[in-house]
Amino acid sequence: MSEISEEQVAHLANLARIALTPQEISSLTTELDQIVDSIAKVQQVATPDVPATSHPVPLSNVFRPDVIGETLTIEQALRNAPEHDDNRFRVSAILGEEQ
Amino acid sequence: MSDIIRLTAAGLAEKLQNREISAVEATQAHLDRIHAVDSDVHAFLHVSDSALDAARRIDERRTAGEELGPLAGVPLAVKDVLVTTDMPSTSGSRILEGYMSPFDATVVKKAREAGLIPIGKTNMDEFAMGSSTEHSAYGPTRNPWDLGRIPGGSGGGSAAAVAAFEAPLALGSDTGGSIRQPAHVTGTVGVKPTYGAVSRYGAIALASSLDQVGPVTRTVLDAGLLQDVIGGHDPFDSTSLTDAWPSMAAAAREGARGDVLKGLKVGVVKELSGEGFQAGVQTRFDETVALLQKQGAEVVEVSAPHFEYAVSAYYLILPAEASSNLAKFDSVRFGMRVQPDGGGTVEQVMAATREFGFGPEVKRRIILGTYALSAGYYDAYYGSAQKVRTLIQRDFDAAFAQVDVLVSPSAPTTAFKFGEKLEDPMAMYLNDVATIPANLAGVPGISVPIGLAPEDGLPVGIQIMAPVREDARLYRVGAAIEALLEAQWGHTLISKAPALGGK
Repeated sequence: MSEISEEQVAHLANLARIALTPQEISSLTTELDQIVDSIAKVQQVATPDVPATSHPVPLSNVFRPDVIGETLTIEQALRNAPEHDDNRFRVSAILGEEQ
Repeated sequence: MSDIIRLTAAGLAEKLQNREISAVEATQAHLDRIHAVDSDVHAFLHVSDSALDAARRIDERRTAGEELGPLAGVPLAVKDVLVTTDMPSTSGSRILEGYMSPFDATVVKKAREAGLIPIGKTNMDEFAMGSSTEHSAYGPTRNPWDLGRIPGGSGGGSAAAVAAFEAPLALGSDTGGSIRQPAHVTGTVGVKPTYGAVSRYGAIALASSLDQVGPVTRTVLDAGLLQDVIGGHDPFDSTSLTDAWPSMAAAAREGARGDVLKGLKVGVVKELSGEGFQAGVQTRFDETVALLQKQGAEVVEVSAPHFEYAVSAYYLILPAEASSNLAKFDSVRFGMRVQPDGGGTVEQVMAATREFGFGPEVKRRIILGTYALSAGYYDAYYGSAQKVRTLIQRDFDAAFAQVDVLVSPSAPTTAFKFGEKLEDPMAMYLNDVATIPANLAGVPGISVPIGLAPEDGLPVGIQIMAPVREDARLYRVGAAIEALLEAQWGHTLISKAPALGGK
């Protein structure tokens, strides 16, 4: 058993910036436990002598000439922002009162 | 009008070139069809209001004597994962509701340049996470063969749109089977090209080492024509291959003439049969393999011992990459913003937005991916999954040293009923058992319809896989199988789909 706890799921939710409800944390704990149990079998064959593959078709570094290409205008870049002010994206306070 | 929608893309293109049909007529016929049947099918999230104008411009250019591409004037449905400047792009998520992209995805740009007419955006599981479209934030798409059943996923909208004659061509994306499994359950054709053969620029990323864009059509030739339009190098996608590709349409035409099966070495993947595979799916598959043998193909059984670990590796790699890719939905630059009660810091706003904007499957996979990547678990899960990926590539290498193509059923079952697997994530994940290995190894795969399962009368597809960069081989062999079966039946499979309301 992978034994995932509700505290662990709450911690992961915080890392992933999702304000899960207590009910969601509870059901996800059960589901994740089942999922992790059934996918943990990758460890059976992943022996130290096997190299890892991160990319299916290996490519060397891909560069382009250092010249300005097609870019968005400031107006285009801001058009989909929930809130903006002048030429900048606007967000609420970065730090809370206790910080 | 109704004859126009029954044409293949190749057939319609010919009539457009001969000026028997105008692009406006072709577009109007498909818009009418959408109007008549899409309240039942729900393949589309948005229908274009500029398609007729685009069609008119194609007609004007043709009248002016301009030389246009072979598919100019043919309507195209676009999966909502691909961004478009003239229609919203949501990737099936509430968090992107109404999002208007400032640029077109490269495949959409190429399609427009080739004169295709984008007529709408098709439904999908949210951020392409699912095998049934039940995870779309905008409600499921229904399978045109049986409206009580799923159309596959994540690209159920694109597959249903072509199966219901709402569009002759569609674009899809395939991360673990999202083009091929919907093709299987809707009696249509779907191709996942070689990783890097088609640009992903402007495809809202799910898992970047697995995602590939490809054609969704009713015939193998139509898929080849579409891949010829969308394929090729794109400097905006750094994983795009710089290869010069042969014409996939030419390969399909060559295949349909026969002969290509004589002496072809075909490997049947031992691990993709038996337990978990529906009897009628296996029956149709075995019949097709026997037919290949009769045509002179050398059929051998091939073992790929690590395929049984593919689904497990995939459900570690995909969530890990998705949790990273979806971090950009942070309520700052685009998408929804939700203020928590009484306001809050930017982090609290992000967390409230993501809680409200993401559906249950997306949350499940983000949490799973965050877990797989977290300190103390990385080597055991993500690291091991990447090693399995190497082992699966080695299985493919060993198999392709013996055979020209590999075949399997495209999915273990025919279309299931809504709700059947929704509460059991692992059961849902196993739908992609046959298609996932190709994504892990980057090899191309196609699903071609091979008949209806005797027990439920629903479509079944065969999956053909070829080595990396050998996409043309899929089209040759796929078109040969399609031509043989249609000659045997005396009709296309899709012509047996039930009539839909309105017509």
